[in-house]
Amino acid sequence: MNDLGPAPIAAPTLDLDTIRAQFPILAEPIHGKRLAYLDNAATTQKPLAVLHALDDYYRHANANVHRAVHELAARATSRYEGARDRIAAFFSTQREQIVFTRGTTESINIVARCFLLPRLSPGDEVLITGMEHHSNIVPWQLVGAKVVAAPVLDDGSLDLDAWRGLISPRTKLISVVQVSNSLGTINPIADMIAAAKAHGIPVLVDGAQAIAHSRVDLSTLGADFYCGSAHKTFGPTGCGFLWARSEHYESMIPWLGGGDMIRTVSFEHSTWNEVPYKFEAGTPDISGAIGFAASLDWIEQVGLDAIAAHEHELLEYGTAALAQIDGLRMIGTARHKAGILSFVIDQAHPHDVGAILDQDGVAVRTGHHCTMPLMHRFGVPATIRASLAVYNGRDDIDQLATALRKACRLLR
Amino acid sequence: MQGDTAAHDDRIEALAETFEMLGDWEERYRYLIELGRKLPPLPDDEHNDANKVNGCMSQVWLQSEALPGPPQTLRFLGDSDAHIVKGLIALLFEIVSGRTPQQILDTDVSAVFTRLGLENHITMNRRNGFYSMVERIRRLAASAAQADAR
Repeated sequence: MNDLGPAPIAAPTLDLDTIRAQFPILAEPIHGKRLAYLDNAATTQKPLAVLHALDDYYRHANANVHRAVHELAARATSRYEGARDRIAAFFSTQREQIVFTRGTTESINIVARCFLLPRLSPGDEVLITGMEHHSNIVPWQLVGAKVVAAPVLDDGSLDLDAWRGLISPRTKLISVVQVSNSLGTINPIADMIAAAKAHGIPVLVDGAQAIAHSRVDLSTLGADFYCGSAHKTFGPTGCGFLWARSEHYESMIPWLGGGDMIRTVSFEHSTWNEVPYKFEAGTPDISGAIGFAASLDWIEQVGLDAIAAHEHELLEYGTAALAQIDGLRMIGTARHKAGILSFVIDQAHPHDVGAILDQDGVAVRTGHHCTMPLMHRFGVPATIRASLAVYNGRDDIDQLATALRKACRLLR
Repeated sequence: MQGDTAAHDDRIEALAETFEMLGDWEERYRYLIELGRKLPPLPDDEHNDANKVNGCMSQVWLQSEALPGPPQTLRFLGDSDAHIVKGLIALLFEIVSGRTPQQILDTDVSAVFTRLGLENHITMNRRNGFYSMVERIRRLAASAAQADAR
């Protein structure tokens, strides 16, 4: 409660029971226990709206897109392209700038292969941060760039001064995660984009952990590339998007060749279809795109502000609850943080803790979270990570805390 | 040989009886952790890369030794930084250590662990290092059996 200032504007509220009722899997008993699903940074569960969209597509509209003139092909094309419109609207951008991919990983690889590689000279660098996912490290290495990582401070926030100091004439691209999957740290991407612009360096923002939790306006963000994955926004797995400035798309030679991405083909020479199609060779993940759009509709319906307020409140509750557990050390305590609780416990290996939690119906991730350099930075081989989504409540945190105490008793 | 196989089966029967008596998962885990604590230690210098078994979440080491016999038997030492995995290793060694290569190859480890209610640790998470350990033991047994046949 804020007693000091003027009454705060009432945070938008949401009705947890109504929301949970839309996620059938949350009612699934696990080892006979109530499920506390706290592995949302890995993937989110899917609401009925998404399940229905997928089911309806296969029942009433399944055909290949962009090709035949029959009625089903028209329905499939209209839903698939409608999904592109929906996604563009969600991020306040143009439909031509949304390329469907398999997810964030593929999107970053496209930028590495089609944008960076042709511009790369020996010794050129990509500036990242010490908290990047492997998918924002390895693609740059695969095309031969030198990866330079800015250090992470003890609280898990980026050392912004050091980051600025690492921008050099050799920096060909800056790539940064908006929200760290391992720590929850929210990076100051607006400031970072402004700094990059001052040096004329293009910026990629990995939005995988951000887009289901806060509003992203690509018309004003100023980034050059942005990407995300449907399965982290309550949508299907295997689908995501790349967003890029139109001039970049125009300059990029496609990576995958095949059907749908061409205008003309002869044995001597082929020409490419227009953007975004030139980057979508082969039959795309049609149902995935449709499910993705349905998931964004669902998010919009609940309200991103209400989601953000709910998750923030729960993060504070969870942080306080876990602080009560003897020997628990939180990894990542940045001031600007999303709903991720990453921690280690004295004398309790994360794998053992994860196995014990599982028996009590608590689903968390244990491991290095695809951020090995970051684990090394904090001197731990792995952490236990509880990551929040809109359907989580205090009961999930309480169930986690109780199970953690049991794990401590068993393991010490 | 017949007697050996019977003794081998007896070990599995005894384990199954113990696990039946244990009841709920908490007791089973407590027992596993206890087994892990009693696992004969792997010497420090054997915690090396050659003995390391690939795993994602926990570190696992396996050292093997062939005792000429006859009959030739394989003996194993191992370790893990995770207590439950260490307990699984102790259980695995109870089933396969000190046995002949052929006995090891004839043992369906997955079936035994399923019987003990621990199937998740073998089938579900192939990356926890323990699964790789079972695979490595089978490979060692297979090459020892082959050498024996020559």
